[in-house]
Amino acid sequence: MRIPLSWLREFAQVPADATAEDVMADLVKVGFEEEDVHRPTDELKGPVVVGQVLSLVKEPQTNGKTINWCQVRVVPEGQGQTLTGEGIDPSGVQGIICGAHNFVEGDKVVVTLPGAVLPGNFRISARKTYGHLSAGMIASVRELGIGDDHDGILVLSRIGLDPEIGTDAMELLGLYDQAAEINVTPDRGYAFSIRGVAREYAHATGTSFVDPASKVDAPASLQGGYGVKLNDDAPIYGKPGCDRFVARTVRGVDASRPTPPWMSSRLRLAGVRSISLPVDISNYVMLELGQPNHCYDLDKLSGDIVVRRAVAGEKITTLDDKERTLDAEDLLITDDSGAIGIAGVMGGAHTEVSDSTTNILVEAAHFDEVSIARSRRRHKLPSEASKRFERGVDWHVANVAAQRVVDLLVELAGGAADEAGTDVGTAPDAVVIDLPAGYASARIGIDFTEEQITTSLEDLGAVVEKTSSGYRVTAPSWRNDLETKEDLSEEVARLVGYDNIPATLPVAPPGRGLSRTQQQKRRVVQALADAGLTEVLSYPFVTKAANDTFGAAEEGVPRPALKLANPISEEHGYLRTSILPGLIEVARRNHSRGFRDLALYEAGLVFLPGDKLGTESIPPLGVKPSDEVLDALYDGVPDQPLHIAAVLTGHDSPAAATHKPRAWDWADAVDVARLIADVLGVELVVSQGSHQAFHPGRAAQLALRNGDVVGYAGELHPKLLAEHDMPARSVAVEVDVDALFEAAADVIVAKHISGFPVATQDVALVVPQDVPADQVLSALREGAGELLEDVSLFDVYVGPGIDEGRKSLAFGLRFRANDRTLTADEASEARAAAVAVAADRFGAVQR
Amino acid sequence: MTDTLPGAAIPNPLDEAAINAAVEDAVAAIAAASSLDELKAVRLAHTGEKSPLSLANREIGGLAKEHKAAAGKLMGSSRGRVNQALAARTQVLEAENDARILIEETVDVTAAPRRRRAGARHPLSTLQDRVSDIFVGMGWEIAEGPEVESEWFNFDALNFKPDHPAREMQDTFFVEPPEAHLLMRTHTSPVQVRSMLEREVPIYVLCPGKVFRTDELDATHTPVFHQFEGLAIDKNLSMADLRGTLEHFARQMFGDEASIRLRPNYFPFTEPSAELDIWHPGAKGGPRWIEWGGCGMVNPNVLRAAGIDPDVYSGFAFGMGIERTLMFRNEVGDMRDMIEGDVRFSEHFGMEI
Repeated sequence: MRIPLSWLREFAQVPADATAEDVMADLVKVGFEEEDVHRPTDELKGPVVVGQVLSLVKEPQTNGKTINWCQVRVVPEGQGQTLTGEGIDPSGVQGIICGAHNFVEGDKVVVTLPGAVLPGNFRISARKTYGHLSAGMIASVRELGIGDDHDGILVLSRIGLDPEIGTDAMELLGLYDQAAEINVTPDRGYAFSIRGVAREYAHATGTSFVDPASKVDAPASLQGGYGVKLNDDAPIYGKPGCDRFVARTVRGVDASRPTPPWMSSRLRLAGVRSISLPVDISNYVMLELGQPNHCYDLDKLSGDIVVRRAVAGEKITTLDDKERTLDAEDLLITDDSGAIGIAGVMGGAHTEVSDSTTNILVEAAHFDEVSIARSRRRHKLPSEASKRFERGVDWHVANVAAQRVVDLLVELAGGAADEAGTDVGTAPDAVVIDLPAGYASARIGIDFTEEQITTSLEDLGAVVEKTSSGYRVTAPSWRNDLETKEDLSEEVARLVGYDNIPATLPVAPPGRGLSRTQQQKRRVVQALADAGLTEVLSYPFVTKAANDTFGAAEEGVPRPALKLANPISEEHGYLRTSILPGLIEVARRNHSRGFRDLALYEAGLVFLPGDKLGTESIPPLGVKPSDEVLDALYDGVPDQPLHIAAVLTGHDSPAAATHKPRAWDWADAVDVARLIADVLGVELVVSQGSHQAFHPGRAAQLALRNGDVVGYAGELHPKLLAEHDMPARSVAVEVDVDALFEAAADVIVAKHISGFPVATQDVALVVPQDVPADQVLSALREGAGELLEDVSLFDVYVGPGIDEGRKSLAFGLRFRANDRTLTADEASEARAAAVAVAADRFGAVQR
Repeated sequence: MTDTLPGAAIPNPLDEAAINAAVEDAVAAIAAASSLDELKAVRLAHTGEKSPLSLANREIGGLAKEHKAAAGKLMGSSRGRVNQALAARTQVLEAENDARILIEETVDVTAAPRRRRAGARHPLSTLQDRVSDIFVGMGWEIAEGPEVESEWFNFDALNFKPDHPAREMQDTFFVEPPEAHLLMRTHTSPVQVRSMLEREVPIYVLCPGKVFRTDELDATHTPVFHQFEGLAIDKNLSMADLRGTLEHFARQMFGDEASIRLRPNYFPFTEPSAELDIWHPGAKGGPRWIEWGGCGMVNPNVLRAAGIDPDVYSGFAFGMGIERTLMFRNEVGDMRDMIEGDVRFSEHFGMEI
């Protein structure tokens, strides 16, 4: 909401020298955030004066254009020029070249004299042009920054002005005024008006305030006016769509008259475009009193006005000349011809006032917030009217606003008001709230005095009655946000000042610290950084193709994924089922920025919809839903496990003198997975895997001991890397760490540490090429029995001495007993038993 | 000296002067040896089988019985003197040798390569941990929840009326189909609702996490960002407790000079509601007030939605943006730096913020 200061001053005690910044600094104390300052003089500097064109000589130019060589009087005849400066003619008459042709000799115009600065930092000076010395400019509204009109020079008589020559045109056009723009929170509809803000300004500064509504002499009742019927047969939540409709008629107006500059300048500062006198008046009153209202061309109405719900499919052409198909829930203003307006949102084109309108019907009505909000959303028609109605308008101000519009039409458009008028509807009950004594003090933490409470609430416009247990407060009709004792507590705190709230530190009950899962997550995320990886974040928005590729191991099996109804980019309209697409994109971006050696990781949620998706309905607010309803809500929220993924490309360390870095390879990806599992103390079973995003021969499937697959690691598929502009041999890993967290042991049982010496034995086994080393190792472990302390693969050999299609795997076995020193025979026996299992299972032959 | 030895006459083991001369010779040669190799040669020459002292020693066997004792004594002490000198010189030369080897092994330490990548945490995640730790230290618990949420948890349970404009203040990503009433949470407040439903009062929880709004990415906006929200529900909590908690937290984050300011505002889920400014003593360009977040006393309707009796319990809540905190705390100028994943951003911070 933009507040022109001159307007605010009419009703509140704003110091004469206060700036928009000063006003905003006061308003922020009562809850209106500063947004912006609108001040024409920041851009426009004088001298800008009223001049009269004495003579105008048309001079055709060789380029085909005709220019006007004008003599313009800028000080009254008989007086001397008091301004001095380069280009200011002491005679009071300036010679000016002007290219526009919409004015004639004798017209009074706005002259920007040498020394003036126009918006866009355009400095006016005397300069030679077209063979003359042009000392100043005859200005258009556009050049003055007060309109978009391209029609040329601003001729003052056309806006109803006949000022004395030499008058300060900036004063005349209201250009010394300024506006404070504040943010109005959605609960405070009343503050979308000068009336509301002036009251708040008074609260903020402790000064007095005049209610603009009190300055309008509105009749207590109206009768015999235009026929209006309120026929809402489908109220929303039982509330009638329209509970008041005031109609007034003004006849014999001249709608083509110009809007006076005092009004148009305030509208402009308030951010409202000047359209025509009746529309400007309507907007002016809305801004002043907060009551949206509408002017109809009375002669275009036929029959009674009926406010009713639309018939589904009914059509209306709105003021913006768009045809709209209506919904049965839309509230309409209709006459015998059909819809003439979507109530509270936008009027119809057919009954719009025009320059030729002579008789006007003024509507000021009160509509239901929800009904207006829904129509506005449905038709995507945010208007100044709907903005106010959906936040709530004072029921009692409708007839006042109608009267104010009528008065202004009579005063400025020259009409005569009918004495008869219409006012139908029923006033809502006033809201009465019991505020127990001590409640506000307890909630706020300030020991409020009785006087602070009553004064604050009365300042708001409430009626406060002392009762045995506290206060009975009748909320003001314009404060539909005041409903509960908490609301009243806030008002008292706000007016007394939040700065007076003391600080006390409450003590929480003994805590448990981070939960186990939270600690596990921290350790893993930190361990990866400690291991030299760089944590990054990526967006969860991905393409369908990315989900299909990364979300499922098998090609052609589309992964169920969540789609956004209103994504920022349609292409990336899905929620990730894997971290990798986003991470690969981050890797690509870094790579393209010249970083070749990368080890990136991200921890984040992925979205895995199951069979149940949401709930058909949602329970109402302010009540705890039943357990069944709550369970349905919980169940409807898709699984979102925490995944950690990493992408490695290039080398493991920076190249340097005496140091040759190693290229990351598939095994590093597996190692990252192992690191995660090690940090958590979870055994990870690595097996030969298959995943469409990975190299078919270099993918490891990662599983828990119970067989649950928790991820993949390995070299990314060469084709996929090429598609993503990523270097060949880049590797990746992704793990469902939530599954690992769960698999981690709660209590680790200690193992006996034997002090007896170790006996080591090596064995080389020749097995078919396709037998995974890990399985041979498991076979050895199984066969060796409990004397085996550890077994590791230390060499893989293929080549001379080994048959085609076979490979030699060398293992080191460590034996140790808990209770004695092992003999060589015992160790060899255990080794032989281990080999026997491998031989039996894989046909392994000792080398 | 060694060159005088060959052919030298065998000294008589009873000739004290001759034996002493041989010892002097040996000691002088030992002292003159400048390396362990030289010393080895000297040792062989003066204590080896062919050395004068060894040869003289051997002569003892041929002496008359009455002379043997005197010769043995003389030879024993003489050879002892030589061996002592040898041992001492060996120690000196070995020490010199060791020192020389170490000097020879000198490297240019300034050319040490980095063999290990320096890893890094994302500063948003580090900051989130730091904030959590402060509250854990105050006895609060940390709560987390899903990022795709039921509309009820995100709005209705938080007292956003279905048709009220407040619901549109938060530009929401909705999940298809709309009939399922799922959305991407616009704040971490749904976690507060879940916490209230799952826990027993009193409740003191901090809910950090990722949130989503349909803002296009620019220098100050991103559709995905992070918040931390706090919620305390207990008997007799007031706005003074809210202020005290926030002030304590602000001082932990920004030093003892930090303080906070509350300004009236509106949120559907709190009443009264306030905007929270922090006095940041270390702000770039000098100490000043910085808008930090929102807060207020929990609206009774929110408590009712979680089955908590507002006539018995009251509560306060607050929420701040982690990106925003990082921006003014660490002078990050552009939101995009935080979300594009450029490794330079994370790596500049390393493990710290």
